[in-house]
Amino acid sequence: MEKYAIYVPRLLTKKEYFVPGHRACVGCGEALAVRLACKALGQNVIIANATGCMEIVSSQLPYTSWRVPWIHTIFENTAAVASGIEAGLKVMMRKGRRPEKDVNVVAIAGDGGTSDIGLQALSGALERRHNFTYLCFDNEAYMNTGIQRSSATPYGASTTTSPAGKVSIGQFTWKKNMPAIVAAHGIPYVATACHSYPFDLMAKVEKAAATGGPAYVHILSVCPTGWRCPGDLTVRIGRLAVETGMFPLYEVEDGKYKLSLDLPKLRPVEDYLKLQGRFRHLSEEIVAEIQRRMDKEYAKLKEKVV
Amino acid sequence: MAKTEAELTWKDLEMGCIVTEPGNASQYKSGDWRSQRPLFDSNKCIKCGMCYIFCPEGCVEQNAEGYFEANLFYCKGCGICARECWPGAITMVEEEE
Amino acid sequence: MAKRVGMEVSVAVAEAAGLADTDVVAAYPITPQTHIVEHLAELVANGDLDAEFIPVESEHSAMSACLGAAAAGARTFTATAGQGLELMHEVLYIASSMRLPVVMAVANRALSSPLSVWGDHSDAMAVRDTGWIQIFVENGQEAVDNVLCAFRIAEDHRVLLPVMVHLDGFYLTHVIEPILLPERKEVDKFLPKNNYPLPLWPDKPVTMGDFAPPIIYFETKKAQEVNLRASKEVILQYWDEFGSSFQRYYHPVECHECDDAKVLLLTMGSFSETAMTAIDKMREEGKEVGLVRLRLWRPFPLEELRQAVKNTEVLIVLDRAISFGGPGGPVCSEVRSALYTQDKKPKVISFIGGLGGRDITSAGFEYIVNRGIEISQTGSEQEFEIFGVRE
Repeated sequence: MEKYAIYVPRLLTKKEYFVPGHRACVGCGEALAVRLACKALGQNVIIANATGCMEIVSSQLPYTSWRVPWIHTIFENTAAVASGIEAGLKVMMRKGRRPEKDVNVVAIAGDGGTSDIGLQALSGALERRHNFTYLCFDNEAYMNTGIQRSSATPYGASTTTSPAGKVSIGQFTWKKNMPAIVAAHGIPYVATACHSYPFDLMAKVEKAAATGGPAYVHILSVCPTGWRCPGDLTVRIGRLAVETGMFPLYEVEDGKYKLSLDLPKLRPVEDYLKLQGRFRHLSEEIVAEIQRRMDKEYAKLKEKVV
Repeated sequence: MAKTEAELTWKDLEMGCIVTEPGNASQYKSGDWRSQRPLFDSNKCIKCGMCYIFCPEGCVEQNAEGYFEANLFYCKGCGICARECWPGAITMVEEEE
Repeated sequence: MAKRVGMEVSVAVAEAAGLADTDVVAAYPITPQTHIVEHLAELVANGDLDAEFIPVESEHSAMSACLGAAAAGARTFTATAGQGLELMHEVLYIASSMRLPVVMAVANRALSSPLSVWGDHSDAMAVRDTGWIQIFVENGQEAVDNVLCAFRIAEDHRVLLPVMVHLDGFYLTHVIEPILLPERKEVDKFLPKNNYPLPLWPDKPVTMGDFAPPIIYFETKKAQEVNLRASKEVILQYWDEFGSSFQRYYHPVECHECDDAKVLLLTMGSFSETAMTAIDKMREEGKEVGLVRLRLWRPFPLEELRQAVKNTEVLIVLDRAISFGGPGGPVCSEVRSALYTQDKKPKVISFIGGLGGRDITSAGFEYIVNRGIEISQTGSEQEFEIFGVRE
């Protein structure tokens, strides 16, 4: 992945596959991420979407924001539905009932639908080696139902089911390392991305779609509503997540780790935390704890890089 | 003009509630939501397109001269474009309507 | 020319799905359905059936994968039982309301707890509101025939609804019965290729699975109800067509010795054959009794049931499931409800028996009929009688 591709604009299609008129919040990072991902995927795609923010804002009967074939069933089965679509297409093409065409089957889900309720279906689909792409849009909580914690919620974040209080610092566990869990299945391509690095995101989604077999991209999506920050800071906060090391950008190709952005020095995590209301209650000690743990995790990641 | 959801009868519905008109959500005026709007200064605009890339709605368009501006039918006034514009060509002002 | 051979019913059901040239099978093994999916896996592995066999990691994913495959336009088949049917419960509603024609064989099994792999109708009754077409079979031949009919019915453009074919766990799935498997070319004549009208395909993008706020949700449910009711006509049509092609006719309600019967027994599933033996014996003894067998469970065959019982005085319903704390067995409650509005209706007596694989012999059915007659004359303190439990 060339370094310059992260910075050079205007090399993308003007077509919108996720049309404006959707009902995402003002400044929604996930909508931005989905819009960019769809540009990378193009028309030749079938999307299976889990219940969640993106599904709700884009598909209120009788409307749809999608210009590509799209199916939503329920919350926890996206990877299973995608498996069925992939198998159905495969056999219908074999039997001559559909023209032989390289149609990308893409599963889209939030962090809830991926690392919690949808984990079983995802693990099964990865193990069976279906030829599909899984995009997890991670806004770090169950945002659509009102900002409840998920296993992707970062340590110390205040959510409605892990609220900061007199005897609680908020989320009491470290963010579940979903990309590592997926990589442990030994699939050909795993990547992390963020909408604040749009060309990196689009290149990774394109690469994932072009990969034969299962591919997974974990996309950090800033949520101003849930993270309690102003809607215009969405892109900036995403950038800070990467620059502080809280959300490193990397790829795992056939088990080999590769950093997308190898920063010589990380910014202090405080720069990232102080902009978000969900971390406002944190004491200096907790912030220091987060810094220590983050340094450790980042060091572990760098060790894996070839 | 398509019927709104309040007008649809049970007979109007497609089987399985399938929507066969791709992208028909473009009828929805999300621009009604905003409390502030972006002002684009073409004197400062360097046509880099970052505002277009970072708009969550996808409603920033290029005009005939190649300068960028927001489609106010959809613009929710989030201010990301103003925040990300490198030359500072976009400012957010109060929405008066 | 096809020959009648002895075959395990599970294997026969799998063969039927194979004859139908199923495209996708996504199934999770659960006793007593295991032989169905195992045989299907064998057919695919040997190249006898060109299909994708997805060994999913749970029944919930099984039905979900079936949804995906059906939405893409593939002919889809799966099988499950008991706990598996319950695990996929929420997905069942999706399949019917999204009008996806999946065919599923259900090896009726008791529900835990305590764990029981043996047959009863608890699982079938628990899903009666899910909007699926439900057909009960009494023997292996019926299972084969109705799997084939199920595909025809499900994929018809007037229906486009998923269909369950219920066969009793162990009592049918694990017995060897004489089966006449139709030949492939005969099946091809009866069953055209699946042609789902609005599949997921990039050339013609559709959006499936919108959410519905209160302003419109209710309309979608009325549309669904109208469609399920209207499917009965199509079911009758294809059962008729099947009969013309294969000389075996099926009806929503089947009557045995009903014409002048003063007392009728109503059963579903494999019990019907045993009950028939009891009824025949009682007829020889001069009793005016008859047997009504309910084959079509959903959509409920109101006209046919009312017609079958209109001249009788006592109708004894044998449920193979229990609705705890309810006013009667599930089938009995619905039968009573169907007859309530009729001017002339029999006394309806509720019995529950055969739970968890408990058998009822022919003598047991004789007892039930006699006891039912007694209750109709003297009344009973209980709303329903549980038969066959050690006191």
